Amino acid sequence: MSTHATTVQPSYLEDTGARKGLMAWLTSTDHKRVGMLYLYSMISFFFVGVGIGFVMRLVQLTRFQNLITAETYNALFTVHGVIMIFLFVVPGLPAVFGNFFLPIMIGAKDVAFPRLNLASWYFYMSGAILAILSLFTGGGAPDTGWTFYVPFSMRTGTNVSLAVFAAFILGFSSMLTGINFITTIHRLRAPGMKWFRMPLFSWSLYATSWIQLLATPILAITLVLVILERAFGIGIFDPVKGGDPLLYQHLFWIYSHPAVYIMILPAMGAITEILPTFARRPIFGYKAIAFSSMSIAGVGSLVWAHHMFTSGLSSFSVMLFSLLTMIVAVPSAIKVFNWVSTLYKGSIDFQPPLLFALTFIFLFCIGGLTGVMQGALAINVHIHDTYFIVGHFHYVMFGGTGFAFFAALLYWFPKMFGKMYSKKAIYASWVPLFIGFNMLYFTMLVLGMMGMPRRYFHHLPQFNTGHEIATVGSWFLVLGLFMFFGTLVYASLKGEKAEDNPWGGVTLEWTIPSPPPVENFEEIPTITTDPYHFPQENEA
Amino acid sequence: MDWITQASTSAQKSDAVFFYVFGLSVAFLIFITALMIYFVIRYSRKRHPKAEQIEGHTGLEILWTTIPLVMFLTIFYYGWTNYEYMRQAPRDAMAVKVNARQWSWSFEYPNGKQSKILYAPLGKPMKVEVRSLDVVHGFFVPAFRLKVDAVPSHTNTTWFEATKLGSFDIECTVICGVDHSLMLSKVVVVPEDAFKAWYFGGDDAPEPKPVPDPPKPVAEFTHPGLAVLTAKGCLDCHSVDGKPMVGPTLKGLFGKQEVVLSGKAARTVTVDEAYLRQAIVNPMKDVVRGYPPSMPPTPLAPRELDDVVGYLKTLK
Repeated sequence: MSTHATTVQPSYLEDTGARKGLMAWLTSTDHKRVGMLYLYSMISFFFVGVGIGFVMRLVQLTRFQNLITAETYNALFTVHGVIMIFLFVVPGLPAVFGNFFLPIMIGAKDVAFPRLNLASWYFYMSGAILAILSLFTGGGAPDTGWTFYVPFSMRTGTNVSLAVFAAFILGFSSMLTGINFITTIHRLRAPGMKWFRMPLFSWSLYATSWIQLLATPILAITLVLVILERAFGIGIFDPVKGGDPLLYQHLFWIYSHPAVYIMILPAMGAITEILPTFARRPIFGYKAIAFSSMSIAGVGSLVWAHHMFTSGLSSFSVMLFSLLTMIVAVPSAIKVFNWVSTLYKGSIDFQPPLLFALTFIFLFCIGGLTGVMQGALAINVHIHDTYFIVGHFHYVMFGGTGFAFFAALLYWFPKMFGKMYSKKAIYASWVPLFIGFNMLYFTMLVLGMMGMPRRYFHHLPQFNTGHEIATVGSWFLVLGLFMFFGTLVYASLKGEKAEDNPWGGVTLEWTIPSPPPVENFEEIPTITTDPYHFPQENEA
Repeated sequence: MDWITQASTSAQKSDAVFFYVFGLSVAFLIFITALMIYFVIRYSRKRHPKAEQIEGHTGLEILWTTIPLVMFLTIFYYGWTNYEYMRQAPRDAMAVKVNARQWSWSFEYPNGKQSKILYAPLGKPMKVEVRSLDVVHGFFVPAFRLKVDAVPSHTNTTWFEATKLGSFDIECTVICGVDHSLMLSKVVVVPEDAFKAWYFGGDDAPEPKPVPDPPKPVAEFTHPGLAVLTAKGCLDCHSVDGKPMVGPTLKGLFGKQEVVLSGKAARTVTVDEAYLRQAIVNPMKDVVRGYPPSMPPTPLAPRELDDVVGYLKTLK
């Protein structure tokens, strides 16, 4: 494992081409640098989203909505949703860790289309800039919620068209990344890297990429129709002209439900990498996990109408979509059982990435179980469009994808930056993160059961106490986020030099230096074992 | 459930399913969490230095595919059958049209009678036909576990049978513009005979109330203002003893700080004599937040107005 001692290649962090400094980064097609560009831009947008969420919680602290007006509040939750979904969780783990580690994990020098990869980032940034422009131009920030439901989104005077166009551009970034990863996995696996010898993170990216490729065009078409409807009044959604508002909801969720799996599958993949490393044993049920990723991607594409149970669908559709929703819960449950079993009879080295991975499992279980509650029709009628939904999807998107993102960042940070962070500071940040998270979002579940609707500027007096608890929770959460990222920023600047394999992992990224050299490998490795094969004494 | 009101037959159905799923979920979560913590402690590197290289177990995979599948299917079935009950109105249900618009609700009964508050008889099924005049809205009565979207060009129906007297919130659940969170009203559940008296009573019939006040002879009124309040029907919606009804209670109102909405803007006012006079004569100008904007302007003779204001000052 120490063959790199004779490395002659420079690290990817050093400029080797003609350009230096920032320009060298902005024009680099190195998959690792593209991954880092995504990391920095996504974290920046994430903090903008956090800031907006923080203000919304302050507004709900009292019944005196003196801070801002209702117009501003409606714009805030719309922009919070657009930023967090399109700029953070959808690109999410694939854009950062997929770009950085997919080629390394399958033994390739880069992705299949390096230039297209950089172009994806430029699409992403263009979409992001347009989204931010839409706040300050035209009729002001959109106020429709991130779902842009017609006919309201057609009638409102706010800048919906530009925001929707931004989402359209962001879709291209997502599709191009999908194509790139699928081709990379099919064509660039190292010799001996059979499909079932790939690390499971690659499998999760493969499943995700197919959804990105197949579902995103439907969103793109829908968004174009909204723009045409607003600009020319073509009447495809407008009931006054014979259009159907429910058609929009179908088209929107045909993308946006599978998008939820775009967000969560790579997160599950990262957790699947972390557990075996710290348990020093193979993942339990490799094939079950790989197939469950693919079946989540497949069945997950057929459950969209569970967002529309109260919209007046026929009894038969409602029944069918509830049934399919229950079925898609099964592969997620299979993953949870396999993860927990991976700890069984392992030799567990408790480290920060493992703490965050286990926290992910706990929070994701709450997110998943509250999802099953909504899939049950008799309960859905009550909790649909209430704070219960808001609490539920924050458990999945933040407790799930967000905490998996944190776990993955802790796991791969030493490899990406070549530096190690203070483990004590990370453990300390976990405390306010965990307490604040549950105070904020569990309270939302309770408020939703009590009948607090989502997207409400004013709330009725019976919800005061709940809102106060949730707001205090948000303060802990933000404190934890600053401690967490503060620790990592400090480590990236002043941290101790990290070892090449600080956790004792066995997938390919741990066989190369930290930070990785420009072309990843001195020589493309030949794969002879399963991905989580920990060498035993008797075979050394 | 004490912390949420359960006031219809559908609410009982919905809550039964909820507790079934909630019980299973809590059991699952505790099981998984306890197992994780136990493994992390039991198989820590110190206690268990050498990991066993276990790759999987087909029997277990089948087991934990089948058991969740069966459990999820029971949840589906239980949820679906109860939903069918919640959605299919009985044939004898009275059909009320619910009209949603930015940003108010109005209700139209079969005989053409209209109201801004939904009056419903206790223990009788009522079918609601929800329509929208502009954008998508959501008709939500938490106490009944009842929700259906108001979609333009569609009519969506659902129904309820109230099991409790009282006044329950109606809220809009689909973002519909600036005043989405003020698109509120109430369902007022009244005894059947009170409902009939109102329903068949023509335009002048006083609005029904959940609990009829004991009749008071005029001579017993302790204050002339109370007599005016009773005569003008104010006490149908406002109590004088602190009990919440459709409108805010009058007890302790004088001198209190209230948040009111003047049009779209919220502001805090101190309830003084000038405010009281304006709130009676022109109630729509400043509406106390959290209550439906449904009080009719009440013209009073100057003497009557003086009596009412004088009386309200005494209600500490």
